[in-house]
Amino acid sequence: MSISGHIEALYRHESRRVLATLIRLLGDFDLAEEALQDAFAAAVSQWPRDGIPDNPRAWLISAGRFKAIDRLRRRARFDASLDELALRFEQAAEMPDLDLTVEDDRLRLIFTCCHPALSEQARVALTLREVCDLTTEEIASAFLIPTPTVAQRIVRAKAKIRDARIPYRVPEKGELAERLDSVLQVIYLVFNEGYFPSSGDVPTRADLSSEALRLGRLLLSLLPEPEVGGLLALMLLTEARRAARTDAAGDPVLLDDQDRSLWDRALIAEGENLVEQALRSRRFGPYSLQAAIAAVHAEAASPEQTDWAQIVGLYDVLLRAAPSPVIALNRAVAVAMRDGPQAGLALVDGLLDAGELRHYYLAQAARADLCRRLGRVAEARDAYRAALALCQQGPQRVFLEKRLAALANEKNVSAAVESPRS
Amino acid sequence: MKYLCLVYAEEESLHSLPDSPEDDECQAYADSLAETGKMLGGAPLEPVHTAVTVRVRDGKTSITDGPFAETKEQLTGFYLIDARDLNEAIRIAENIPPARVGSIEVRPVRELQVTPKST
Repeated sequence: MSISGHIEALYRHESRRVLATLIRLLGDFDLAEEALQDAFAAAVSQWPRDGIPDNPRAWLISAGRFKAIDRLRRRARFDASLDELALRFEQAAEMPDLDLTVEDDRLRLIFTCCHPALSEQARVALTLREVCDLTTEEIASAFLIPTPTVAQRIVRAKAKIRDARIPYRVPEKGELAERLDSVLQVIYLVFNEGYFPSSGDVPTRADLSSEALRLGRLLLSLLPEPEVGGLLALMLLTEARRAARTDAAGDPVLLDDQDRSLWDRALIAEGENLVEQALRSRRFGPYSLQAAIAAVHAEAASPEQTDWAQIVGLYDVLLRAAPSPVIALNRAVAVAMRDGPQAGLALVDGLLDAGELRHYYLAQAARADLCRRLGRVAEARDAYRAALALCQQGPQRVFLEKRLAALANEKNVSAAVESPRS
Repeated sequence: MKYLCLVYAEEESLHSLPDSPEDDECQAYADSLAETGKMLGGAPLEPVHTAVTVRVRDGKTSITDGPFAETKEQLTGFYLIDARDLNEAIRIAENIPPARVGSIEVRPVRELQVTPKST
């Protein structure tokens, strides 16, 4: 490999590690990013002449640190307080053993970018920028928001890290669970935006989902907690269905109608293995339970063979661990599959009456589907219309419109036509 | 009798109006008050976007970005603390007893940018 090719590969594989360590050494995101660029520029100019150093990562960190001191010195001509800072970096103790601390630095970077003192949007943007090395433009286009909005979120997040002194540290044991929640939430949000985009005309965005999977794998390697494995399992088991989730026209296909031969068996096996480990640890949480539900679906060779009793049981545990109306809705749909649409509809109507799901299109869509199966055509139509009024996502709208059109010529029929599935 | 004087202003315009206070002026006033023995403590705050709100319910701490106290909540007290970083500040805040029923807004204190006195 040519030296420039070598440096390019090094940038791809090592730049986030080098950045994470420089942020710790320099205590400032922007200074560390400039130092990172300076260090690679120095490599490009020096390595062809001097050869590739024995430990390129250590060389880059060291070069970045000295370049940052140079920058501070130059700026100190205008701001005397920086002179002191530059001196402090110069006098800092010998570089610690790099290989021992460098993985900790990546974990520090993740926890700092996902600190709960930052808004969820800021956490997502900062994590994708700093940990995943996505450009501001890439983040903006993935989330369909203007680039300056993303840039502003990142600038503000960095300012808050500095001004509120959000530490560059892995949380201590007592605070780890809560902080980890905040990290897992960011990763799952990125995954879901790739798998179920909240708006726009494409049904899935594989790029965001694959970033989330990479983040999940990285976090699990750095912090092998059961819930991290649970989240990775949930994402893998969901990702496994991607090819079957849309038809040739790009329209969404419901789980029951999917061609299960298209499911990715390697991802399913990896996911199932992780779920089992998480459940065995007895320290699992909501992500592991959702992954267990996805695993039950994955195990069924056909929709009819799905173990709905087990799924309802898992939802019961999940509702106790993480009470939420959306989970209650999913449970109601599972109950409908176990006990018949009448039983499911009673639960869905109870949730809609409680009010929290009134503006959630999937609740109206679930009601519509259960009414349709019960032959209550007029109510099904009303619910499909209510769902359409709430849904912003192109392909999902097409699906709902098709269902509504299919009901156009039907009249109310007896509820007895559909028997509960086993 | 001790009194707490709370400073309210529109953050966006606080430092840009013709009559806006200068940091030097604020420091001088605080110094003059301290000389009379009537100043017990005080500090300017970083802007509101640096805030974080801590609540404890059923023994579980929740942390949200921003100063999102419920509008029906009123300021009922304050702690001025010295913590190593935001994580330590949050740990101290979650043990403030009213965190269990109200909210504790944690705001970093700003350093006044005082012009060095020539000697």
